[in-house]
Amino acid sequence: MLDNLALLVQFPAVTVDVVVNGLLIGAIFALAAYGMALVWGVLNIVNVVQGELVVLGGYVTFLLVQAGMPPLLGLPVSAVVMFGVGWVIYRAIVFRVVDKDVFISILATFGLAILIQQLANLSFGADVRSVDAGLGSAYFLDGMVTVAWVKLIAFVLALVAGAALWLFLRHARLGQAIRATAQNPRAARILGIDTGRVYAATYALNAALCGAAGSLAVMAWTIHPYMGLPYTVRSFMVVVVAGVGNVGAVVAAGLGLGALENVAGFVLGTEFQIAFVFALMVAILVWRHGRAARRREHLK
Amino acid sequence: MNRLSDWHIMGVLAVLGLGLPFLAPSLITQLSFLWLMVVFALTWDMLGGRMGYNSFGNIVFFGIGCYAAAIVQRDAGLPYFEALALGLVLGAVIAVAAALLFGAALLGIRGHYFAIGTLGLGITAAEIAAGWDYVGAGSGMALPLYPGALGARELFFCYALFAVAIVCFLSLRWLYGTRFGLALNAIRDDQDKADAMGLRTTQIKVFAWCVAAFFLAISGGLAANMIGFIDPRDVAFAGATFGVWMVLMAILGGKGTLWGPVLGAVVFHITQELFWTYLLGWQRVALGLLIVVIVVFFPQGIMGWIAERRAAREGARP
Repeated sequence: MLDNLALLVQFPAVTVDVVVNGLLIGAIFALAAYGMALVWGVLNIVNVVQGELVVLGGYVTFLLVQAGMPPLLGLPVSAVVMFGVGWVIYRAIVFRVVDKDVFISILATFGLAILIQQLANLSFGADVRSVDAGLGSAYFLDGMVTVAWVKLIAFVLALVAGAALWLFLRHARLGQAIRATAQNPRAARILGIDTGRVYAATYALNAALCGAAGSLAVMAWTIHPYMGLPYTVRSFMVVVVAGVGNVGAVVAAGLGLGALENVAGFVLGTEFQIAFVFALMVAILVWRHGRAARRREHLK
Repeated sequence: MNRLSDWHIMGVLAVLGLGLPFLAPSLITQLSFLWLMVVFALTWDMLGGRMGYNSFGNIVFFGIGCYAAAIVQRDAGLPYFEALALGLVLGAVIAVAAALLFGAALLGIRGHYFAIGTLGLGITAAEIAAGWDYVGAGSGMALPLYPGALGARELFFCYALFAVAIVCFLSLRWLYGTRFGLALNAIRDDQDKADAMGLRTTQIKVFAWCVAAFFLAISGGLAANMIGFIDPRDVAFAGATFGVWMVLMAILGGKGTLWGPVLGAVVFHITQELFWTYLLGWQRVALGLLIVVIVVFFPQGIMGWIAERRAAREGARP
């Protein structure tokens, strides 16, 4: 462990390599986290099934590529398919728990997560899957820093998707309805907004974002039926740090998390990377709580 | 339910618990798991049902119990039963210390933040155990062989877990009757008011978690020996199975009631065994579906449903 740390100090280029690759992965986290912030802000539920939606999006792209589609085209298709999946999940399950106790919604989406995990395991097998985008790698600093082109493209696409969502929420009719519902559902209903539809659209939009994130994840990284929960926790962590209403902060926190996680994985060894993610989440909660408690408040 | 019928049910259960291993020896393992599930549901309900702190991380204390027993039995060089006893005691001490530490750090956090935070705690523990060579890393640990005759091991652990379940039930039943039990409910109903009334809410919450940790650690050490093998993710820190089941059983039976968790554990355990028998390969899918169905359509639980029915029969309006 200390050897790896010394390596980082002695060879700055290695550090740059680890941090840059982490930042690029972080864009995927930011995308999924943005969806979670949306659902949290509008429906007031913590969507524990988030990570499974990411994984499902990855499987959609994987199947499309198996069928002969170019990988990058898989991204929009995944997003559209997952939009539909999200709509169905909302109409079947989630709308029943929206106005219930917060813990009920956590447990219900947790159950949904286990269900999807197991179905994915049965349908696609427990193997680790990945898609080779066939784009090669770019080399910087005399070949000390290697960045796969697909990661750079994933990074840019994630930012573009985030920007598109921001514009949508600001200017589109439905986007404005979503923001209005988030601010005050009762007033929105009085003004003629069908809040049930808005909730469904928000949830489906979140699923589409997850689908895009999963599609990028399967190209830049790997997916696996049981990989959902870490994505859920990463999204949760990012939202806890950045708040629900701030796109810029979500992107920044997502990128930061990616870099931090990659460095930790390098220093502690990859077998402890997931442990680091979850421990970091607990630490962030304790830290946020400590700050709130000093003002005699608590996290809401 | 009045006091008399309470003792009647307990009497029936005690006869069943003592007699069934002899009447139906093939059910011993199922029965042992049932007592384990009862402990799970009871200890979860103390926080989740009585105190309103929904924890996904109680499995940590069970896992600590498993590993403490396994390590002591491996390294202490004592005869089987001495090592087991020492392991159980050590596991309980470490688990209670851990509950003090985690409780001080986490029990001030409320609502869904607490739920997700404890979920993180459980998975962190599993991942650390799965990467740590001293405790066998991902391949887990094997427990030493039981010295007695064939079949004696199952009987011993079945009775041991039964005893833990009974002691746990009676202790909690007694605790809920004291000021402490009322304080738990006060925290659930309105923590700020409880604070304002002068209750030392943090100490009460941490103490409650310590009690849960104690019983979970003891049952963990026994369960590890009963199973004979601990895997970091599937036995000791099995957040996705045991960790969720304890929540589900308490909700199915009825949160915050004395008999609810016991009833929930029995019903859930039987259902789950039926899934294993008739839906092999699909049992985990069925369990996921079961969670969703129970939580979405039946959140008041069996005891809550009975109470509603009784209220309706006696003409009370909601």
